[in-house]
Amino acid sequence: MLQFPLWKRIIILGLCALGLLTALPNAFYTRAERHNDAVTAAEKAGFETPEQEADRALWPDFLPSNVVNLGLDLRGGAHLLAEVQVADVYKARMDGLWPEMRKALADARGEIGGIRRAPSDPSELRIQIEKPEAMAKAVEVANGLASNVVSLTGVGQKDLDITAEGNQLIVRLSEAERAATDDRTMQQSLEIIRRRIDGAGTREPTIQRQGTDRILIQVPGVGSAAELKAWIGTTAQLTFHPVVGRGTDGNAIAKPDTMIVPSIDEDEQGVFYTLDEVPVVTGEDLVDARPEFDQNGRPAVGFRFNPSGARKFGDYTATNVGQLFAIVLDNEVISAPRINQHIPGGSGIITGSFTVESSTNLAVLLRAGALPAKMTFLEERTIGPELGQDSIDAGRVAAIVGTVAVVAFMIASYGLFGVFATVALALNISMMFGILSMIGATLTLPGIAGIVLTVGMAVDANVLIFERIREEMKTAKGPARAIELGYEKAMSAIVDANITTFITALILFFLGSGPVKGFAVTLVIGLVTSVFTAIYVTRLFVTTWFDRKRPKTITV
Amino acid sequence: MAFRLKLVPETTNIDFFRWASVTFGGSVLLVIASIILSVIMGLNFGIDFKGGTTIRTESTSPVDVGAYRAAVQPLGLGDVLISQVYDPTFREDQHVAMVRIQAQEGDEAITPEIIGKVETALKGVDPSITFPSVESVGPKVSGELIWTAVLSVLAGVAAICFYIWLRFEWQFAVGAVVALVHDIGLTIGIFSLFQLKFDLTIIAALLTILGYSINDTVVVFDRLRENLIKYKTTPLRDLCNLSVNETLSRTVMTSGTTLMALTALLVFGGDVIRGFVFAMTWGVIVGTYSSVYVAKNVVLILGVKRDWGKKEDGPAGTQFAAGK
Repeated sequence: MLQFPLWKRIIILGLCALGLLTALPNAFYTRAERHNDAVTAAEKAGFETPEQEADRALWPDFLPSNVVNLGLDLRGGAHLLAEVQVADVYKARMDGLWPEMRKALADARGEIGGIRRAPSDPSELRIQIEKPEAMAKAVEVANGLASNVVSLTGVGQKDLDITAEGNQLIVRLSEAERAATDDRTMQQSLEIIRRRIDGAGTREPTIQRQGTDRILIQVPGVGSAAELKAWIGTTAQLTFHPVVGRGTDGNAIAKPDTMIVPSIDEDEQGVFYTLDEVPVVTGEDLVDARPEFDQNGRPAVGFRFNPSGARKFGDYTATNVGQLFAIVLDNEVISAPRINQHIPGGSGIITGSFTVESSTNLAVLLRAGALPAKMTFLEERTIGPELGQDSIDAGRVAAIVGTVAVVAFMIASYGLFGVFATVALALNISMMFGILSMIGATLTLPGIAGIVLTVGMAVDANVLIFERIREEMKTAKGPARAIELGYEKAMSAIVDANITTFITALILFFLGSGPVKGFAVTLVIGLVTSVFTAIYVTRLFVTTWFDRKRPKTITV
Repeated sequence: MAFRLKLVPETTNIDFFRWASVTFGGSVLLVIASIILSVIMGLNFGIDFKGGTTIRTESTSPVDVGAYRAAVQPLGLGDVLISQVYDPTFREDQHVAMVRIQAQEGDEAITPEIIGKVETALKGVDPSITFPSVESVGPKVSGELIWTAVLSVLAGVAAICFYIWLRFEWQFAVGAVVALVHDIGLTIGIFSLFQLKFDLTIIAALLTILGYSINDTVVVFDRLRENLIKYKTTPLRDLCNLSVNETLSRTVMTSGTTLMALTALLVFGGDVIRGFVFAMTWGVIVGTYSSVYVAKNVVLILGVKRDWGKKEDGPAGTQFAAGK
C-alpha cells in the first residue's frame, strides 16, 4: 500500500540525518563560531597561532561547522543606507577639463577671440566667447577634445555633449558617459568602503549596491552607526607640498598659486603654512601605509610610493635638501619636517602628534584612498548587542514554550499519531536550522517568529492527513485503506495551501528588505521542510509502525 | 478507545449560513468601519514610513517621562514622543523607554550631532541610562518604503487570486480575495483603533496573514470542489455547509496550534516584536473566521457552474489539473 520502496526510505532517513548533522553546530554556537573564525583567520594568514589552534580544537574538523548567521537585530551592530552623490564626479570632470579646454580654445584665439569661464551649474562647463559669430569653430575645437565612451552600452558615443547658447559654449557629459561614470563611481565607492571596513577588521560586513546610486552597509558588532560613518565617511586626501612660508595669521591673503593651511600638530598650535598649491606627490601614488614608530618610539605612519611617485618624491628631495616639506591631509598640515637628505627609495614616515590609535586610523584611511563622491545617509540603525541578546533569549523561551504546548496538544488529540507528528516536528526544526546554516542565511528576529509560526503551521499538514484518516475510517474497509486514502485525499489541500503561502513568501523575499527578507527566508525553508516531513517522514513512521503491528483497528 | 482530546465533535452539522446576516453582514460592516476608522484616525506610522529617529533607552532607575521630555524639549527638535515600554520579560531593574524624534527639515537621516545632543540631555536626567538602539530613517527612503509595502501587499493578493483561479474557478478566486481583503482590512482597522505602531514588520505580518488565511480558505475550497463532484445535485448551500463541517475539526486544530505558538511569542517574545506578533495573532483569528464565514458566502452568492465534466475532459473544478 503506502509502504515506500527501500531506496526511498534510505533517502528520507538520510535527509533527516543530514538535517540533524548540519543543525548540530548551532547547538554549540560559540564553540563552532570560534572554530570557524580560527580556521578563516589561519587560512588568510597562512599560518596558525596557538590561540587559533586552541579555538579550532573546540569543534571537530570532520563535522559540519557552518552556523546560522545572526542578523544585526540579534547580534547588534550598525546599518547604513548611503546615497552616493554621483553628480559630484561630473563637477570634478568639468573642473579637470577646463584647463585643457582653455588651452585648446586659446590656440584658436585668432578666430574666436578671448574666452573666460562663465558661472554655471556645477555639472557643466560654460565658456563665454568674445566673438559669437565664430561659435561654429569653437564647437569644433571643443569637439576635438571629446573621446569615445568606454562602456558596453555606449559604444560609438562621444563622452562630451557640446552645445552653443548665445555667446556661450556649453560642455556637458553625454548621457552615455554619465551612465558609465555613475557606474564607475559606484564601483569605486563600494571598493573603498569595503577596504575601509575590512581595514577596521570586523566580522562579516555586508556591503551591497542597491539600485543605481545606493549602498547598503551592515556591520555587526560596531558600537554605533556614527562610528561606522566615521570610518567610511572620512575622505583622506593626502598630498605633499613644498612649504613657501610659515606664519600665525590664518586670514592672510594667499599669493597666486599658493594656499594657506593650518597645522594640526599639537606642538604648533595656531601655526599656518603657506604652501605651493601644486603638490609634489599625492595620495594616489601611495601604495602602502602602516602604523609604525619613529626613532624616538613615538607612534608614526610609514608609507611607500609607487615607482612614479617614488621618482617624483626622490627628485624633489634631492634638489631641496634643507627645505621644509608639508604633509597635508584633508587640507590640514599633519607635519612639516625638514628634508635632511635625498630620499630615493620612495618610502618614508609621517611623524606628528599621533597616538597609537590615531596612527592606525590614519594608515587605514591612507591605504583605502579617497571616496570619489560624497555620500548622504538615508537610513541609519544601531542595535546594541545587549538588546540583541535579550531578543535571542526571549525568542528561545517563546520557541520552547510554543513547541511544548503544540506537542502536548498534538499528542492529546492524536495519541500515537501525535507522537509521530512530534518527532517529525523536531526533525523539521533541525532541518530548518541545517538548511539555514548551509546556505549561510541570516537569522533575524522576525525570522525567529517565522520559525515559531512554522512550528504552529507545520503540524497543519499532519492535521489535514490525520483528520482525513479519521473520516475515511468511518467509510473505508479497514485501517490500511483508511490510511492510504487519508494521505491520498489530503494531498491536494496540502499542495494548494502551501503553494499559496509560498507565493506570499516569495513576494516578501523580493520586495522586502532586511529583517523582512530574513523572515521570508525562514518561512520558505519552513514550508519546504514541513511539507517534506509531513508527507514523507510521518508517512514513513506510520507505515513502518503499521507493517510491524498490523492492528485490526486504529485510533487516530 | 484511547482518550482523545476533541475540540470539535466527530460529526458536526452546523448551519453556517443560519446567521449569515449577522456573520457575513457583520464582517462587511466591520471592514467598512475599519476603512473609515483608518481614514479618520489614521495609522500610527513608525519611522520606516514617516521618517525620523527612534532612540531606545534603558536604565536601572525608573523612567520619568516628564523629566525626559523636559530635557529634550529645549533642543528644539519639533515633535518628540516619549513613551515607556513595559514587558514581562524585563528584569526587575530594567526600565525602558522609546524616544521618537520627527524627521528634521532639510536632513536625510538625522545627524549624529543631534543624536549626541539628545543622548547627552537624557544622560543629564539619568546618568545610568544607556541607548541599546538608535534608528533613523530619512524621508526619502520612508516614502519609497511605503510604496514598496503597498505594492507588496497588492502583489500578494493578485498572485494568490491568480493561483486560485488557475486551480479552481473564478468564483473561488473572488471569494478568496474578499476574504483576504476582510483580513487585511480588519487588521489595519485594529491598528488604527488602538493606534499601535505600524511599521515594516507589520507589512510582513500582513503578508503572512495573507498566506495563512488563504491556506485555511483553500482547505475549505478543496473540500467543496471534491463534494461538488461527489454530490452533483445537492444544493450549493448545503454543500458549502457540508464542506465547512467536514473540515471544521482540522480548521480548529490548526488555528489552535498556530495560536498557541503565537501566544507563546506574544507573552515571552519581548517587546521588540510584539507588534509583529500581535498582528499575526489577530490575523490568524480573523483569517480563520473569514474562511468559515466569508469566503464561501461569496462563492454561494456568485454561484458555481454545476454541469461538471460535460464538456471538459479534465477533473471537474480545475482549469489545470493537478499533476498526478
